[in-house]
Amino acid sequence: MYDSGKIIVGLLIFVGIVTFPFYYNAGKAVAKPDLKLDTPVIQQMPEAERKCVETKEFMRGGHMQLLNNWRDSVVREGNRVYVSSNTGKRHTMSLQNTCMNCHSNKKKFCDECHNYMVVKPYCWDCHIQPKEKEL
Amino acid sequence: MSMDRRQFIKIAGISTVLGFGGTLGLSKLKDSWASEMLQSPEALNAKHWAMVIDVKKLTSEEHYDKAISACHRAHNVPNIGNPKEEVKWLWKETYEHAFPGMEQEYMPEGIKHKPFLLLCNHCENPPCVRVCPTKATFKRESDGIVMQDMHRCIGCRFCMAACPFGARSFNWRDPRPFIKEQDENKEFPTRTKGVVEKCTFCYERLAKGEMPACVEAVKDTKALVFGDLSDPNSEVRKILSTHYSIRRKPELGTQPSVYYLIGGEENA
Ligand code: SF4
Ligand code: SF4
Repeated sequence: MYDSGKIIVGLLIFVGIVTFPFYYNAGKAVAKPDLKLDTPVIQQMPEAERKCVETKEFMRGGHMQLLNNWRDSVVREGNRVYVSSNTGKRHTMSLQNTCMNCHSNKKKFCDECHNYMVVKPYCWDCHIQPKEKEL
Repeated sequence: MSMDRRQFIKIAGISTVLGFGGTLGLSKLKDSWASEMLQSPEALNAKHWAMVIDVKKLTSEEHYDKAISACHRAHNVPNIGNPKEEVKWLWKETYEHAFPGMEQEYMPEGIKHKPFLLLCNHCENPPCVRVCPTKATFKRESDGIVMQDMHRCIGCRFCMAACPFGARSFNWRDPRPFIKEQDENKEFPTRTKGVVEKCTFCYERLAKGEMPACVEAVKDTKALVFGDLSDPNSEVRKILSTHYSIRRKPELGTQPSVYYLIGGEENA
């Protein structure tokens, strides 16, 4: 075969580059995300009312679908009130005004996990993020 | 391991089916929490929102500035300073530019040189909606507002080419540095580089039971009136049935929902 040496060297370099991120990070322990749920607004709520619009379990895995549906509902259908299937309570659907009113600690509540997962949502390019309040 | 074409297609097929299974699973998940989404009880509703602008009642520069700055503050419209990159939702224009072809030599001086407030006309037959490839621009069938869903805008600017009124602006750059911190409305998003925007008839204020910001800002002049064109008893209909009004570029058939009263009642 012609140039088999060059091809094999080329392949090795290619495989090396593609897998670089894996062995580069191998063995490094990345600190687990450490989310914080205490913000001044949440702390002021009576214990029993400290409930999100849906269950914690659902929000962990499904907040992106929920936000997506909220966005379509508000912008396209003009519906702004969400009735929680968990508590039956009504909430105004707004990332900037409702979610971030309680979870004003964006760094600890959103970024911590998004950074860990290397997920970069572009919500904050348009929506104004809350001013971080120290506890 | 070698794989022939047939095997490859088989595996691709199976993974597609599995993939669909994934989305099916997800939509089930959605059903389990898709509780109700409702309108806020205080929302203002209409079948066809429209605005009447009585130019004669805007008697000072201050009136124009008040309306424009109320709109631009409410919606975090940046002040870029460079006309080529300007973003505008509500702006001033001369009669000849606002109503080309409707000017003539002997018209009253007062109208010839008077500024006109221009905004998106929320056309009944909007060409901007027709050309949008992603449906980011759409007309709300419930109330006639021509909306711009910034989430879906891909910045192709077909709508800007299609709109015969120059009502749309493109964000050539990140608007944030051009919004003064003290003017920022924390409750409304800014936009971002690469999306088109325009007046939205303040859909976010209507949802809270409030009139549009510009109407509110010059309330004492009663120059801007906002209401339901489909309701014969609404204020806009009463004004339109007792005053002569004009609309921009009627020959194009877009049917604007913004009407102008240009005066002349003294002799009417
Ligand atoms: S004025 Fe322009 S942007 Fe507004 S609805 Fe009409 S065509 Fe569309
Ligand atoms: S209706 Fe609202 S968005 Fe449109 S010009 Fe007036 S204030 Fe601006």
